[in-house]
Amino acid sequence: MVTGGSRRRVPSRTAVQKPVAREHGASTHSLVTTDKIKAYLLNHQQVGIQTLRNLFTAWLTSTMTWMVIGIAFALPTILYLLLANLGNFGGTWDGKPRLSLYLGSEITESEGRKFAAQLTLNNWIMNTRYISAESALAEFEENSSLGDVLASLPGNPLPAVVEIESGSISPAEIKLRLTQLETRQEVEKISVDIEWIERLFALLALGERFVTAIGVFLGLGVVLAVGNTIRLAIENRRAEIEIIKLVGGTDRFVRRPFLYLGFWYGIGGALSAWLMVQASLSFLTVPIERLIHSYQNDFILKGLGVPETGVLLLIGAFLGIFGAAVAVGRHLHEIEPS
Amino acid sequence: MIKFDQVSKRYAGGQEALSRVNLELDEAEMVFLTGHSGAGKSTLMKLIIMMERPSQGQVFVQGVNLNRLGRRHIPEIRRGVGVVFQNHQLLFDRTVYDNVALPLTISGYQRREVGRRVRAALSKVGLSGKENQFPVTLSGGEQQRVGIARAVVNKPPLLLADEPTGNLDPALSREIMDLFHQFNQVGVTVMIATHDLELVREMGYRQITLSKGRLIS
Repeated sequence: MVTGGSRRRVPSRTAVQKPVAREHGASTHSLVTTDKIKAYLLNHQQVGIQTLRNLFTAWLTSTMTWMVIGIAFALPTILYLLLANLGNFGGTWDGKPRLSLYLGSEITESEGRKFAAQLTLNNWIMNTRYISAESALAEFEENSSLGDVLASLPGNPLPAVVEIESGSISPAEIKLRLTQLETRQEVEKISVDIEWIERLFALLALGERFVTAIGVFLGLGVVLAVGNTIRLAIENRRAEIEIIKLVGGTDRFVRRPFLYLGFWYGIGGALSAWLMVQASLSFLTVPIERLIHSYQNDFILKGLGVPETGVLLLIGAFLGIFGAAVAVGRHLHEIEPS
Repeated sequence: MIKFDQVSKRYAGGQEALSRVNLELDEAEMVFLTGHSGAGKSTLMKLIIMMERPSQGQVFVQGVNLNRLGRRHIPEIRRGVGVVFQNHQLLFDRTVYDNVALPLTISGYQRREVGRRVRAALSKVGLSGKENQFPVTLSGGEQQRVGIARAVVNKPPLLLADEPTGNLDPALSREIMDLFHQFNQVGVTVMIATHDLELVREMGYRQITLSKGRLIS
């Protein structure tokens, strides 16, 4: 219903306003309402389809607008995908750090083995290995030329060690686990090399911010591009708008085709962005995968899946409608019949 | 149907288009509004469809005080008034059918009902069979009749015409006036602004004359 709420306030007008009521009488008010809703939905459908059809008729101009919006969407999307892939890479490649727990000298071998077995009960720990002080010494002697020096010492200077192989884990979680392990009385010292992964994650976080900032700017660009296109469309249809207002068209009725126009620009822009992204990825896939295969075997460059595509389309539709609404809000009031 | 109570309209430039006009039109009445150009005829009509607001005084249409209505009520008021313009105000990129259907589409009529009413209105003004033509292919008189069909298609109780015969020859003018006469016969209140005094005398309806914004008869 286009002006249903306000109509009631002008009592003497109702006979004129309800087109079907005159034939059916007052008792069929609900029928009138459903007819109105049907007509309203039909109008939406017609306006939506007609707007799209007009865009296809002027396909050259429309395509250029879609491409402009598409590029604005494609750039942050590609950056986002590269980041997501890097994140995966960092997460699976060596996101499972090894920890060495050096045990106190007072811990006996059986206590140490028991401790190692206990640790495997933790979810985040995949595996543990107990290395006694003696085998550590033997290993050391075998692998280093300092064996003679060690042999000259009165006792074994090396502690027993529990090596932990962790599951996939974030640096923040590792830190938390470390502080927990440090409180154990068996543990004297922990060594873990997580600096590189911390750096990677810090870089990724920086990258995410960068992508977000670029995304916000380019999103603003989309709103402005759509807004400007809609402004021109409004200007081109000034006479039509005046006439529609003159014969009693509501603001909403006048606004509707322009909002649909913004919607189609946004959706079309998102679709062209999707094409651009998939095309760039297929162009990049071979060299990137070759590069990464040299580090790890099971790496596959991830493209836009169904959920990402859905989000892209949603953002496109939203920004398109938003840009149109801004333009319509600014310019439609200025046009009044005179 | 229409009541003007001490209505004045001053435009931004200080020029007074209407000055303390009192006027009353009964339901199903037909009147001619005459006067030189610049006498305030168009302003008077614009006040009725809220294209302008009075600077002073009150305008009532069907008992509703227009002063009390906000901007968002304007569409409702306009839907109850059919307006015919001298320059037709047609959409040239749409067919005759779509032009006439516009007020019905806006009001949310069903498609079948739209078709029925548009064909009825076009047959009333003698343009049956021209539904799919574009206004540009029609003569001036035919275009004016498309405008009239659009004005009456949703059966408004009030019909305003601003110089509807301005560009037409006498024979065509007479035809157009006869159309208004027919609408008046079925109960529509009609107000026609014109400077064709001869035609007004011929038709023999009540005449309201404006001069420099004042009502003189």
